[in-house]
Amino acid sequence: MTSLDVSPDAARRPFSGRRMHLGDLILQGLAGLAALGSLVLVGLIAWKVIQGSRLALSTFGLPFIWHVAWDPVHNQFGAGSFLFGTVVTSVAALVIATPIAIGIALFLSELAPRGIRGPVTALVETLAAIPSVVIGLWGLLVLAPVLRDDVDPALHSALGFIPLFGKASYGSNVFTAIVVLTIMILPIIASISRELYLGVPPELKEGAIALGTTRWEMIRGVVFPYTRGGVAAAMILGYGRAIGEAIAVALVIGSFTGISANIFKPGNTLAAWIAQNYAGLPSALALSSLIYFALILLVFSILVNLLAQFIVRRSARAQGLTR
Amino acid sequence: MSVLTGRDDHLRRRRFVNRVMELLAWLAAALAVAILGIVIFSVAKKGLSQLNLDLFTKPLQLYGTGPQGLANAFVGSLIIVGIATAMALPVGILIAIYVNEYAHGAVRNSVRLTLDVLAGVPAIVIGFFVFELIVVGHQQSGYAAGFALAVLMLPLVSRSTMEVLALVPDSLREAALGVGAPRWRTTLGVVLPQTIGGVLTGAVLAVARVAGETAPLLFTSSLVASGMQYNPAKPLLTVPLAIYELTDSDNPSDYARAWAGALVLILFILFVSLTARWLATRSRRKIQRAGR
Repeated sequence: MTSLDVSPDAARRPFSGRRMHLGDLILQGLAGLAALGSLVLVGLIAWKVIQGSRLALSTFGLPFIWHVAWDPVHNQFGAGSFLFGTVVTSVAALVIATPIAIGIALFLSELAPRGIRGPVTALVETLAAIPSVVIGLWGLLVLAPVLRDDVDPALHSALGFIPLFGKASYGSNVFTAIVVLTIMILPIIASISRELYLGVPPELKEGAIALGTTRWEMIRGVVFPYTRGGVAAAMILGYGRAIGEAIAVALVIGSFTGISANIFKPGNTLAAWIAQNYAGLPSALALSSLIYFALILLVFSILVNLLAQFIVRRSARAQGLTR
Repeated sequence: MSVLTGRDDHLRRRRFVNRVMELLAWLAAALAVAILGIVIFSVAKKGLSQLNLDLFTKPLQLYGTGPQGLANAFVGSLIIVGIATAMALPVGILIAIYVNEYAHGAVRNSVRLTLDVLAGVPAIVIGFFVFELIVVGHQQSGYAAGFALAVLMLPLVSRSTMEVLALVPDSLREAALGVGAPRWRTTLGVVLPQTIGGVLTGAVLAVARVAGETAPLLFTSSLVASGMQYNPAKPLLTVPLAIYELTDSDNPSDYARAWAGALVLILFILFVSLTARWLATRSRRKIQRAGR
């Protein structure tokens, strides 16, 4: 699982300026080479993905990103509808998962009785460890029929006046994908937030309680402001995971290449479309277009990660000033 | 009087809000536990009936007749995850040693940032990367799939190793250097042995994580011949990919086999995570003792 630096960075280099040994030279050389290798690896990933998508890049250019098409017969490809599906599912999953995850984290850090704190923490981490293909299988064969028969029609009849909640007929649809993604990113956001909440200095919390606040007022006034940056970064990391999830979404979202406001209709995402079409691509241009999808995902994920790091660093600096 | 009752109401409302919020947090935790329970229960219920000897002895064959199992998928998963671990573990540990024991300032930060970025790259993108790097012009193989999983493991292994290396007290390093041991012997002979438990924990958790990955295998090891295959130079079937392929079928008995595969996968991951937890508590105790 991706994680953030929540602990202060401990520098461990009290000894420098010593004579170099041959063994030192070898170990430092090997270790440095490995570290350099990781830098090269990331560069290589970018280069190879760009290389693979070059045909689609030169054929369609940037408009590919918002162009809505997937027509192998006329060799017309575009990422528009898939990008739409990616954004809709990941944003919705984030919006649903965040408050629940914060509730879980508060429970585990502030409320849970001693005896059940450990086991529940372990269970939440286990939820994060369940493979996406198993969640997808469960989503397709257990969750989707329940949603189709009970939940979707109920939501449609209650909120049908909003175009989002249109007529429901398929089990494999955008809403099912949103639920599955929510389940997948929930434990990620929850476990990072829990660590952050545990890191709030007790004297601040005790100070608030001593002033006569209730526990919730203490959380709102002390815990939330203190951990705001870190929780935002945790949300961003969860969002990155939701964008890139291919298998689970591919299994439950159906297969539809168009844009529809109705979340009870099948849809698709960039990653899921890759997973559904990996075999038997009709042409080199189609393959290259799929790799262009991967390039969009790569750029997205790098931006998301850098943003999270930036927020963590900035909030760490701000805390250093106020403390 | 009226002022006092007003205050009473105010206090009552604050307490009420507090109570509601606490209840919501309890419910959120209960929801997460319930979801996990339902998923594991469904998998167990549908998979248990399929857990028989055939599952482990007979291979999965497309268009095959007669009793079928997932033997080739289990073998393939073991081989590919083994290859990935053999590649990622030493390199990951070396990177952690470099960052923690040798690197300074900007270099150190940029390696850490790189690992974070690598950890965030979607698995399916890694699959395309290995496809373009190794598979194009050659063929799909267990080695290619192992390399793809190794790329996923690398940031996990090196990050967890860095965390335990940072726990080793400086007094140990100072003691070793103080008696004249060179830096490399201090690192390999004194510091690293203290972290074995933690490093193993990280490695084991990384194995659990990549054993269930499907996306990087789609382009690297998916064109599978029927029957058993032990040669990693050829494409190997894996458990996650078998589950993914079986859900595409119209045949109910294929679904049953998918559930059985999912059950074995989950049991494996639960077992491995518990082992990791046990290793982690043990190693933490050991490091604490060493610091005293």
